[in-house]
Order: sequence, then C-alpha cells, then structure tokens
Amino acid sequence: MADTLLTLDDVAVHFTVGSTLKGGIKTLRAVDGITLDVRPGECLGLVGESGCGKSTLALAIMGLLAPTRGRVVLDGSDLGQRSRLETARLVQMVFQDPYASLNPRQTVRRTLADPLRLQGVGRAEVDERVMDMLAKVGLRPEHADRYPHEFSGGQRQRIGIARALILKPKLVICDEPVSALDVSIRAQIINLLLELKDEMGLSYIMISHDLGVVEHVSDRVAVMYLGRIVEQGGWQEIFEDPRHPYTRALIAAIPDPFHRAAITAKAKATGEIPSALNLPSGCPFHPRCPLKAERCVAERPMLEAVSPAHYAACHFRDRLG
Amino acid sequence: MRLKGGSSLWIGGGLVFIAIAAAVFAPVLALTDPVMGANLMNAEIPPGWEFPFGTDAQGRDIYSRILYGARVSLTVGIVSQLCNSLIGVSLGLTAGYWGGWWDDVVSGLTNLMLAIPSLVFALAIMAILGPGLVSLVVALGLTSWSYSCRIARAQVLSLKGQGYVQAARILGYSDLRIMFTQLLPNILGPLIVIATLGMGGAILSEAALSFLGLGIRPPFPSWGSMLSEARDQITTAPWLSVFPGLAIFFTVLGLNLLGDGLRDILDPQSTSRRA
Repeated sequence: MADTLLTLDDVAVHFTVGSTLKGGIKTLRAVDGITLDVRPGECLGLVGESGCGKSTLALAIMGLLAPTRGRVVLDGSDLGQRSRLETARLVQMVFQDPYASLNPRQTVRRTLADPLRLQGVGRAEVDERVMDMLAKVGLRPEHADRYPHEFSGGQRQRIGIARALILKPKLVICDEPVSALDVSIRAQIINLLLELKDEMGLSYIMISHDLGVVEHVSDRVAVMYLGRIVEQGGWQEIFEDPRHPYTRALIAAIPDPFHRAAITAKAKATGEIPSALNLPSGCPFHPRCPLKAERCVAERPMLEAVSPAHYAACHFRDRLG
Repeated sequence: MRLKGGSSLWIGGGLVFIAIAAAVFAPVLALTDPVMGANLMNAEIPPGWEFPFGTDAQGRDIYSRILYGARVSLTVGIVSQLCNSLIGVSLGLTAGYWGGWWDDVVSGLTNLMLAIPSLVFALAIMAILGPGLVSLVVALGLTSWSYSCRIARAQVLSLKGQGYVQAARILGYSDLRIMFTQLLPNILGPLIVIATLGMGGAILSEAALSFLGLGIRPPFPSWGSMLSEARDQITTAPWLSVFPGLAIFFTVLGLNLLGDGLRDILDPQSTSRRA
C-alpha cells in the first residue's frame, strides 16, 4: 500500500508483571492486536480512557517499546531496519506534560539545535532553521536563549512542538498535547498544530481521552478500549453515527450546553474500566454496557464493517444508530 | 540542611581557598622546615609569639608542619574523591539508564562496597601497595565510590521516565549523548554535594590510615599523622592535637559549605542565580 504512511499490522505489546514467588506471573495486555493505518496529510484521532493502551501504542510506534507481536511499518520500512537517526527524521512526538518534557538545563536554542547537528546540518543552516521554527510556533527570537522555567505552560508546549517539528518529520504523535494546559490556551495550541500540519504537510496521530479535542482536529477516529480498537471510522461516522456503546458513552460525556447531540445521558457507561490484567470474558466492555446481553458475556465481538470505512466491535452494531 | 546560597558559597569558598593557599605557599609561609626544623631545646613549647601553634616533642614548629600537611590532605582529598566520583557516576549513570544485567552487576558491587567498611578495603590496598602518597590516593580513590554511584543511579531512575529523556531518544540522541547532555547536568547538584562531603571523608580517612601507620610516613607531616603522634601528649600538650584537628575541621567545613553553595548556583531555577 503506497498511499499509507504508517501501517500497524496486528501490533501487540504485552508486559509480564508479578513474580513466580508472589502468586505467579501474569501478562498485562496493554496493546492487544491493533491494525491501523495513517495516510499522508491525515489526522487520526486515537481516543480512550486512561489505561486503555493509547500511550503504550504511541511508544511502540516511536520504537521506544518493542512490540510483542505484529509489525509497525513506517514510510515503507520496519522500525528495526532503521537507525535512531533515520527514525528521528520520520516520526516525532509532542508530549503531554510541558513541564517534564523540556530539559531544565538546556536553553531553547540548544534543545532545537542539537537534533539538527546530530543529523549533520551545518552551523549556519542550524541557526536559520531554529529561528524559522521559533517564528512558526509563535515565539520571539530572544526566547532562544532562555531556559524552560522562564516560560509559561502554553509557551513551553510551543517549544515542545517546535522540537517535534525541527527535523521536519512526516508523522507527529501528539500524546494529549493540551490536557495539561489551561483551558484558555488549549484552543491556541490546537490551532497552532493544525496550521503547522497544513504548512508542513504533516500527518498526526492525536491521542486524547477528550473527544472534544479529537472532534475538532481529526479526519478519522479510532476508539480504544482495553488495548483493542472497538470502533474506527471517518469523522462523520464516529460522531454522527456511532455504533459501539462505548463510543456513544464517550460522546455523551462531551460537555454540550445546548443539548444538540442526539445521544443523551442514557448512553453513559457505568462503573470503572476493568484491569487489563484480568479481562472480562466475551466482550471486554460488557460489565459496563447498557446493552449487555448473554451473548456478550460468552463471545468476543470482532471488529467488523458497518459500512466500507466504518468498523465496530459490537454484536449489536447494526441495531444501534 | 540548606544554607542560604550566597553566604555559604563565600564562607566555604574562603575556607577552602585558605587551605589551598596554605598548601601552595607553604614554603613561603612556614617559619621553619617541617622535618629538619627539629630542635630538642624547643620541645613542647605552648603556643606563643615565637611558635604561634607551639612545638611538638621533637621541637618542630606545629604551624609550619600544618602548612605542609595541607599539601598531603588536600591532594589526597581532592584527587581520591575525583576518582571516586568518576567511578561512581559512570557506574551509576549506566546502571540506571541501561538497567538489566548491568544494573544487577553494579548494584551488587555497590552493596558489597557498602557492606564492607571502605577503610578496611583501603587498608587491604595499602597493605599491598605499601605506604606513601600515591598508594593513599589509589586506596581511597577506589573504595568509596558507592555513595556517588547510588545517588547517580537513583536520580537517573527517577529522571529517565521524564519526557525530555524520551524526547532525546526520539530525536536521535545516542545513549551516551543522552547520559551526558540530558541526565548528567540534571543530577550534578546532589553529586557535587556528595563529592564535597567525600573530600572531607577522604581527608579523615587519610588521617585514620596515617594514624595506623599506613599513610604518610613520619617524619613528613600530614594532619592525620600529626594527630596520631599527638595522642600520647593530649593531656600534657593539647596544642599538638588541637591545631591539626582545627585544620581538618575548617577544611571539611569549608568543603561542605562550598558544595552547598555550588548546588545553589548550578540550579538554574534557584533565585540566587539572578539576584
């Protein structure tokens, strides 16, 4: 497939926890068989509650965690086939916490210039690209020689974005890029990300537990629950015709003061997310599902097509909507 | 304990500067030769105008011997602690960052070093190498790296999950570059404090080894050997032990204050840097 930038083929990341002495070794299936693709210029929203494996999946795509199973193919090559420097030119990441994601002992200039130098870019060009990038993310030239603690959270996140884009990657993974920021500056950062996407021809994977953010930026959406994708489709299919009760619950949880949405509080999921160490039988969502039936306890639904580009993993996907 | 950055830096720096100046300019400042100045006619004179710190049983000027003793103490303290820091930080940094079997090996080795008193190790090395300045530095420089190692490893473990360390990997930094540019500068503060404490400790260990006759051989003076020689006369000629003791005390105090002050300026978030 030449038209995909990133292809995940049945990717799983399992961790072993516990010890043989204390009640035996268990397998934590943080990511369990994910098949996805991202096309050039596209923004894929990846949604799910905390602990559903979104960030683990991001680390596997970045090559920071080796998948237990499956393949991660980025721009035509497997992760293992590339050097760290080659991977750096392909995929970058914007982190959630703008306070922990910048080295407190490096000036902004050094943070942005070092990765370029490692790629063998000449001194004059490094300077030029650093200044150019600062301007792109809305920082002034004199900010270059300051330390991270001299900036506000929003400015730090701008530095984080500049660092992710300085090598001109093709894919940028944004891991909850605004959830640590004040509500008042979230929109600025989101809009900055969108502008830069068009300007630089980037593809995004926008990871968030907040459907409101994803709704605003994504072309396609994948909803994750306990390490698996439960629904996947275009923006319109997901937000206007959700077929998985979990997706409906997430959409119902978007604050909507005008009650425009057709889905009401009835769709809300109850209870807490189960432990990934001890998955429920059958459909992993059944303990919380308002539509639970006997079949859901016994049989695990597979991700199947509702329409050509819309998939849901629910036995009742055709009855909903 | 954290003293105010400015004053501790200056007081500590001042004391250490005095100690270094004493060591460097000992030939100029000394009144008599520390070894050949013996004169039994002047034995055990209390501090006074002629001999400011008094004289010992052989009639040698204590003041001059302390000046020359500073050379031994500071050399041993600084050089051996540099060795310790270098060993401890390299092991701790790599063990914390790489983890796995290397971490197990380093942690085991660290626990071994902590379990056996470092002075016993140093004694064993001294017994093999024989007395002398070089063997002192080697013996003390190979035996008390475990604190630096522990601190470095613990700090790295807490830092390596931080976004900027992950970001550095994603940006293509090699492991060594991550250790040197991302981790080391951020763990330097506690390591400097440990290093200055360690210099004080090394000065004290030198004293202990000299006391046991394994350090600097008499008649050449070191603060430790002067203390041990003064042991018999502590009631009759207390100045023999008081002045070398004070020299050790102020040098170690100065090193600790200096470390504290340095930690404050090395931390870009501290306010004293801008003040």
